[in-house]
Amino acid sequence: MTAAGEVATSAGRRQAERQAGRRARLLTGALLVPASFWYLVLLVLPLVIVGVYSFGVRGPDGGYQPALTFDNYAVVATRFGPFWLSLAMAAAGTALCAVLAFPLAYFIATRATRRKTLLIILLVIPFWTSFLIRTIAWVTILGPRGVAGFLSDLTGTEVQLLGTPGAILLGIVYNYLPLMIFPLYVTLERLDRTLLEASKDLGAGRWATFRQITLPIVLPGVITGSILVFIPLMGEYVIPAILGYGKVFLIGNVLQLDFLVSRNWPAGAAKAVVLIAIMLVSISFYLWFMNRGRRTRDVSVL
Amino acid sequence: MTAPATAAPSLASPARAAGTTRLAGGGPARRRQPRSLVEGWFRGHTALVYVFLYLPIVVVIVFSFNGTNRLVTDWQGFSIKWYQAALADRNIQQALWNSVTIAAWNAVLATTFGTMAALGLQRVAPRVRSFFDALTYVSVIIPEIVIALATLILFSNVRDVVNPVLAGLQAGAAKPVHLQLGQWSVIAAHVLFNLSLVLLLVRARLAGMDRTHVEASYDLYATPWRTFRQITFPQLLPAIVAGFLLSFTFSLDDYVITQFVSGPGSQTLPLFIFGQTRLGVTPLTNAIAALMLLFTLTVLLGGQLFLARHARRRGGGRDETMAGLIVS
Repeated sequence: MTAAGEVATSAGRRQAERQAGRRARLLTGALLVPASFWYLVLLVLPLVIVGVYSFGVRGPDGGYQPALTFDNYAVVATRFGPFWLSLAMAAAGTALCAVLAFPLAYFIATRATRRKTLLIILLVIPFWTSFLIRTIAWVTILGPRGVAGFLSDLTGTEVQLLGTPGAILLGIVYNYLPLMIFPLYVTLERLDRTLLEASKDLGAGRWATFRQITLPIVLPGVITGSILVFIPLMGEYVIPAILGYGKVFLIGNVLQLDFLVSRNWPAGAAKAVVLIAIMLVSISFYLWFMNRGRRTRDVSVL
Repeated sequence: MTAPATAAPSLASPARAAGTTRLAGGGPARRRQPRSLVEGWFRGHTALVYVFLYLPIVVVIVFSFNGTNRLVTDWQGFSIKWYQAALADRNIQQALWNSVTIAAWNAVLATTFGTMAALGLQRVAPRVRSFFDALTYVSVIIPEIVIALATLILFSNVRDVVNPVLAGLQAGAAKPVHLQLGQWSVIAAHVLFNLSLVLLLVRARLAGMDRTHVEASYDLYATPWRTFRQITFPQLLPAIVAGFLLSFTFSLDDYVITQFVSGPGSQTLPLFIFGQTRLGVTPLTNAIAALMLLFTLTVLLGGQLFLARHARRRGGGRDETMAGLIVS
């Protein structure tokens, strides 16, 4: 469009171009209208309302009644248990996923020569099949006629697995493992093998090579994977509801109770606001921590 | 974490055998050097993780053929009676129909709007784009349950505003229409979640696209519409198809958002299955689950075949299959 100035243009041509520009802008706008509508009306507006509700009180038969009180937040501060449990579960689940995923991703990326595609597809299939169904299957496996029964017979005492934090952690790792494997695999796939050979030629052992070459290179993959796993974990509801047998309460379960059972929407809204705040803080801290570590390492290399 | 390892021999020995034979044939190329302990450990770990991932799926399928009338783990011989029961059940049929309707509408809307937005974002000022990006990331970062409760609050507000108006308009009508939560609210909430997904997939594809074809097309005096139809769209198709299938399966499987914003008469299959398990897992649940697995796998396989054929026809050497798209 800057060419317009150079070319000797008649008034008619300029007008035609202006019209074309207006049409292009109109098209751009039209392309963005539905997504903007969805984001503003179904994302921003609801979140604003949640913020407003968190200062209200419960109506006589549930729901919301306008008020300006900090009571809901005060209650959150006194009953912080589910938040701690969720944070601990999410942190432990993310770490376990990383530990389990790394050797697997490494194996597929570097060792599985012709079977690579098959192994990847085999990872994608469970990931695409129903989350709910695969979690319910663990009820059978861990139940009194499954592993728990087997362990009870073995030890001679009653062993309960369902309804324990361990069972929930298992379900968490099981469901979110692929989300950790995929980004790790992608970074490991791009790993330049000559660097490993150079390290070996320079006399570095396996461990030193891993720590000084492999680990810094896959760090972005670890960060991506951790965030992909951590985010849904913090709001996890289905896994504790199924494998927790109503005995273990994460924030997701508390929110569900507040909204759908006791219908105390303002209390739930306050918890949701706190949850979002916790997530923002923890993810920012995590990113800062990981990147800080990387920068100092770069400096030491220089 | 020892549970899957101990469970494997007793419950899923076929899967384990399959897993190990699949991985044990390491290839003649590696036979020259003796396998070290670390190599063996990698191999064993990988095999065990695959067993871990497939164990529940095998359990669901095996126990769906259980002929028992009582406990799901009481094996009473092979039978397909639970499949017959599942297919004949009116509630299940209704739930399945609701699920498929919601998933299809969600996939169509999310894919269309997401692709449109991805194309539109190429044409706007960086400031607008980063604002949009921020919203996209917010919608991805916020836990599903928060989206669910926030949309529930919104919809109930809309209902409280609209219904008195509707009532006033139809005063005296024999059968007054009023707004209530139902399929529409579930679809609207699902679209929000999947829109961002499609947007991110298509934008990634756009960023990696070869611009020279588009320029060549303009040089050859093709109209913008024709350039889009013949150059841009075919290149974006794998991402669009992947986005469509991801949206469809997400919606088909979703429990959390659906539970919050569904209304009377819009019970989906996940809600039905979850409700069933409150009373304990039955062979019927497993049969429904196995049918659902079959359905998802068919959809996935169909998408995979489509993309593979698309890639072959275009002669692209890149990994354009579903797995490649998801991994990247």
